[in-house]
Amino acid sequence: MAPDTHADAAQTDWSRDVFAVLTAQQVRQVAYVPDAGHAALIDLCAANDGMEMVPLTTEEEGVALLAGAWLGGQRGVLLMQSSGLGNCVNMLSLTQTCRFPLLMLVTMRGQWGEFNPWQVPMGRISEEVLRLTGNLVFSTEDPAEVGEAVAAAARMVFEGPAGAAVLIGQRVVGVKTFAH
Amino acid sequence: MKLRSMKPERSDSYPLHRRDVVAQLLTERGDLLVVSGLGAPSWDVAAAGDCPGNFPLWGAMGGAAMVGLGLALAQPYKRVLVITGDGEMLMGLGSFATVAAKQPKNLALVVLDNERYGETGMQATHTAGQTNLAACAVASGIAEAREVFDQAGLDEALPLILGAPGPLFVTIKVRAEDLPLVLPPKDGAHLKDRFRRALLGPGSEG
Repeated sequence: MAPDTHADAAQTDWSRDVFAVLTAQQVRQVAYVPDAGHAALIDLCAANDGMEMVPLTTEEEGVALLAGAWLGGQRGVLLMQSSGLGNCVNMLSLTQTCRFPLLMLVTMRGQWGEFNPWQVPMGRISEEVLRLTGNLVFSTEDPAEVGEAVAAAARMVFEGPAGAAVLIGQRVVGVKTFAH
Repeated sequence: MKLRSMKPERSDSYPLHRRDVVAQLLTERGDLLVVSGLGAPSWDVAAAGDCPGNFPLWGAMGGAAMVGLGLALAQPYKRVLVITGDGEMLMGLGSFATVAAKQPKNLALVVLDNERYGETGMQATHTAGQTNLAACAVASGIAEAREVFDQAGLDEALPLILGAPGPLFVTIKVRAEDLPLVLPPKDGAHLKDRFRRALLGPGSEG
């Protein structure tokens, strides 16, 4: 986690909304690559005994992991930032070909006032990559709407089954800065 | 360019044959759940007998161990066996660390290591050189990991693979050989649905 970002009060609010949705949807496996934008949600999930936290070395592991979880009768969620989406592309063929449910929550980088140009390429193409790989996309720029977007996506994922991502805009997550 | 560290000819004379190994692994499988990796391991598992408790991957290279982990965490009272190849495992080396982070007691990972990419023309993989997958597994935090070179080693490893507390990893050196294809069903949605129906009961498809 970056030392210059933290789970502030605003992040805690929308993260609580998302956590409530995940609980209501009986999500049991939480796969993630740590991310500052997801920090509050990760803390909430980790504090819940009913959720198995699975830290990944790369995001594509999460796509495969949650396919296995579904085979075994459990629902999951994959938390990542937009740059990690690029790591998932071939593995998303598993979701599409087998019609696995896959709920992805993606915190956006390289989108709105990004400091680090290396984050921009994936941030710019995240929606297209998700659509090209057969996933539904729910974008949100309003902290008050994040919970609703996750609820809508989760319903379509688990009733579908389908792959879907909620893109949590950089205006929601906050722009990372480096203090000089 | 010569790959100086690679010795692809080495596996031409390994004594174990992959289909015999898989037949021994699965002969008394009971309610064992099996995930197999692209590609030859999926054909080997099919050759031992296709059944709903198999989930053979036809793609998703590098993902077999992770499918196994998700399944093992969801079904902690069922034994889960991942059977994959050296090339497939090399593409997902990070999954050793992720498995180690969770320490699932019911998960065993087996690599049929012929030191070749079998589906693309039998080119050498990194295990034909200096790379030791069992050492990678140990270094990643999977304490019970070993290499098997012959039937005696396999006899010793079999009960571990099928019953010892996991996570464990065994790489079995098998002869590089071109075998007749025995293909499992290809429709991924069908494979998923039949697996869930068998494991979770009627109405669980989807």
